[in-house]
Amino acid sequence: MIDSLKQVLCKFGLPRLTIMLFLVALLVVATINHLPTSMLLGNSLVRIGMNGVMVLAMVPSVQSGAGLNFGLPIGIIAGLIGMLVVMEFRLTGFLGLAIALLVACVLGIAAGYLYGLVLNRVRGQEMMIGTYAGFSIVSGMCMFWLLAPFKNPEMIWVVGGKGLRMTLAVGDSLSGILDRFWGFTLFGVKVPTGLLLVFAVACLLMGVFFKTRLGISMRIAGANPAFAVSCGINVDKMRILGTVLSTALGAMGMVIYCQSLGYVQLYTAPLMMAFPAVAAVLIGGATARKADVLNAVLGTVLFQTLLTIALPVTRSVIEGDISEVAKTIISNGMILYALTRKEGDG
Amino acid sequence: MDDNWVLQVKDVSKAYGDNPVLNKVNLSLKRGEIHALVGENGAGKSTLMNILFGMPVIHETGGFTGEVWLKGRKSEIKSPKDAMDAGIGMVHQEFMLLPGFSVAENVKLNREPTKPNWFSKVAGPKFETINLHKMGYDTRQALDRIEIGVDEWLPLMGMPVGHRQFIEIAREIDKTDLSLIVLDEPTAVLTETESSRLLSALNKLAGSGIGVLFISHRLDEVFEIADTITVLRDGEVICTVPKHEARVENIAEMMVGRKISNSKATQPGRTTGNGNILEIRNLSVDMPGEYVNGVDLNVRKGEILGIGGLAGHGKLGIANGLMGLCHSAGTVMCDSQEIPLNDSRAALDAGLVFLSEDRRGVGLLLDESIEDNIALASVVSRNKFVKKVGPLPISVEDGKSIREHAREMISLLDIKCTGPQQSVRRLSGGNQQKVCVAKAITMEPEVLLVSEPTRGIDVGAKERVLSVIKRLNAEKGITVVMTSSELAELRSMCDRIAIMYNGKIHGILSPDAPDAEFGFCMAGGGGVPGD
Repeated sequence: MIDSLKQVLCKFGLPRLTIMLFLVALLVVATINHLPTSMLLGNSLVRIGMNGVMVLAMVPSVQSGAGLNFGLPIGIIAGLIGMLVVMEFRLTGFLGLAIALLVACVLGIAAGYLYGLVLNRVRGQEMMIGTYAGFSIVSGMCMFWLLAPFKNPEMIWVVGGKGLRMTLAVGDSLSGILDRFWGFTLFGVKVPTGLLLVFAVACLLMGVFFKTRLGISMRIAGANPAFAVSCGINVDKMRILGTVLSTALGAMGMVIYCQSLGYVQLYTAPLMMAFPAVAAVLIGGATARKADVLNAVLGTVLFQTLLTIALPVTRSVIEGDISEVAKTIISNGMILYALTRKEGDG
Repeated sequence: MDDNWVLQVKDVSKAYGDNPVLNKVNLSLKRGEIHALVGENGAGKSTLMNILFGMPVIHETGGFTGEVWLKGRKSEIKSPKDAMDAGIGMVHQEFMLLPGFSVAENVKLNREPTKPNWFSKVAGPKFETINLHKMGYDTRQALDRIEIGVDEWLPLMGMPVGHRQFIEIAREIDKTDLSLIVLDEPTAVLTETESSRLLSALNKLAGSGIGVLFISHRLDEVFEIADTITVLRDGEVICTVPKHEARVENIAEMMVGRKISNSKATQPGRTTGNGNILEIRNLSVDMPGEYVNGVDLNVRKGEILGIGGLAGHGKLGIANGLMGLCHSAGTVMCDSQEIPLNDSRAALDAGLVFLSEDRRGVGLLLDESIEDNIALASVVSRNKFVKKVGPLPISVEDGKSIREHAREMISLLDIKCTGPQQSVRRLSGGNQQKVCVAKAITMEPEVLLVSEPTRGIDVGAKERVLSVIKRLNAEKGITVVMTSSELAELRSMCDRIAIMYNGKIHGILSPDAPDAEFGFCMAGGGGVPGD
């Protein structure tokens, strides 16, 4: 009995257990301090749904052997363009969302393919190259946002009439469309059903994919390239496919993120967006060489709940706003921790 | 009298855990003598070198027993530094040189001649200026001693391997009180002309009174330069003979012969199917250290064909080349259909399955479970263990049948594990090999290519692995091509044994042929025409 309990704990991992206990403690403090617990939980659910797909994007990249996708901003830019196209043509409702996702997906696949070609040339340093690739594309796109031929007056600078604004409000009918879909309130907690459903479906599809022959080939290519070659698997192709999947998921994840947030943030806003996603999957128990859907789900839930709940609670205990600082410390600290520990450790 | 001995190794034994690698080894080396140490892979040569050079791996694993005497005095070599101070120079198999530095800087690394300056007088000798003139001069001297004309100030980067080998030797002989130089397979990466230059350089070195301990398994070289030859096998010294008393074929026989002579297990007069399942023509394989250079070989349907030969002569290259794991050229027909080379998919589709000699590198997914290791290769390349998802046009892996199959294999091969979900990294070498065999069986081979199936595994696992291979051949008619360094193993398993020499098939022998004939063949003598 004790042994099997130990085994379960071992599998769950100490970091996750610590965070879990910390979360429980936070909730207790929140209740004692009369914070609106139900609202905090509701917000957590929204943030889980918003970020989930982008965290899931880490899984194919790691599985195919390309490491954690620090180049996620490439996908994120594709997602932003998807949103902008829909807003430019004033498309609304689910049609708008579908077209945004479609454009994001197509651009994500194209960009992911090119990015995959690059990654195949820099084997062993994918994560560092990815970080710089992400930074470069975000900076490069700053020029694009200024020069892009968007005409919708709600999107471009008022003065000068050219170039996109820093922050664009997503139209009312598109904003929060998934959050509201089948939404209901339970014990005062607002549940964003549509948002969570999309995340769940994405996880399910990813899970099934890794059980198909193609998915298994990708897993083998990532786990041991020499073994893969001896099974007749084209390792380069698998790595490109993994990167394409990751980038496309990042793009669609960004569309989902934007509709929930209600804003599209351009210019340097996506610069650091890969890091919370990387941190989340690592908190979920993944390493730079192993990650599965469960890691992504668990990591998203823990990381986002922690961010949502910890900040108001700490604010109620100590004066001052430390939200951004805490977020940076937790996410970068987690990345550092995960990348320095020995391979294969839980 | 005693002063004449540069090195005396007395009764040295060493075990890694329960696994003895050296057993009461004795070896003596005179001033100016070239002593060759020969033996197959795993004979214990490298361990002996590590002991002589005080490598940390020896002391981390419990040290050794026995004594090492240098220049007539018993010495304790605890670290490579002790060894260097005692006048032992070591030329490693992997070069220990810095590519960004010039030749002279490499030769003089950490021993740079210096002269004091005003700052060093205050701050200490570490801040003395390097005497570039003397550094260049000393290096030139060392390079001239081994007759290599390379400019001492050229950077090492981009130099051919041959030159690097010479520079490594120059570094050792530049040390002032060098009395013994140890070379671990120095010619393995050299071309023929470079090798002969190296050998003549070694002769000169010995002439100047330095003892040379030369490790190699290229017998032709050994016979060219050595004064004395010591044969090491399974951690024991089989014999030490002066060269003029030794014959190539005897030495080769002693290197490979095993004390245990397995009973002949192939039935006499066993009929193997007629017709060739594999026809290999002019196959060349670019496998580092195991080049295959124009092999013609027919494999008959249903037979067990052995491929033997000394290490470095290309026996491992054949299977790796056939499977598309190493770049290869030539033509290969399987069942009268040509298989495109360098395409592992095509080889698998033709029914070839490979049990790699590199178990941990190629054969296994170390962090995955036993069941996944057994089944996944078949899911991918044979479309086995898959089921449809409802009415959808997608098929996914069938966890249940994978689990069942894994259990069957675990009991068939007697894999010692906690269950099919255990990760293979923690299994012992023998059990890992059994997982590899299970994987290969699962892929339903027509031709099974087996490389070094028993390397590094215990006796019980050896028996089991070999008997399963034999049963597959007998019951399912699977053709087996087995490559092994262990002659006894080949003789107990195979119907015919092809011996590789210098990247070519040198002869095809019957497993009953006398040891001497195998030795002769491996050493490149005579040869019996194949087929």
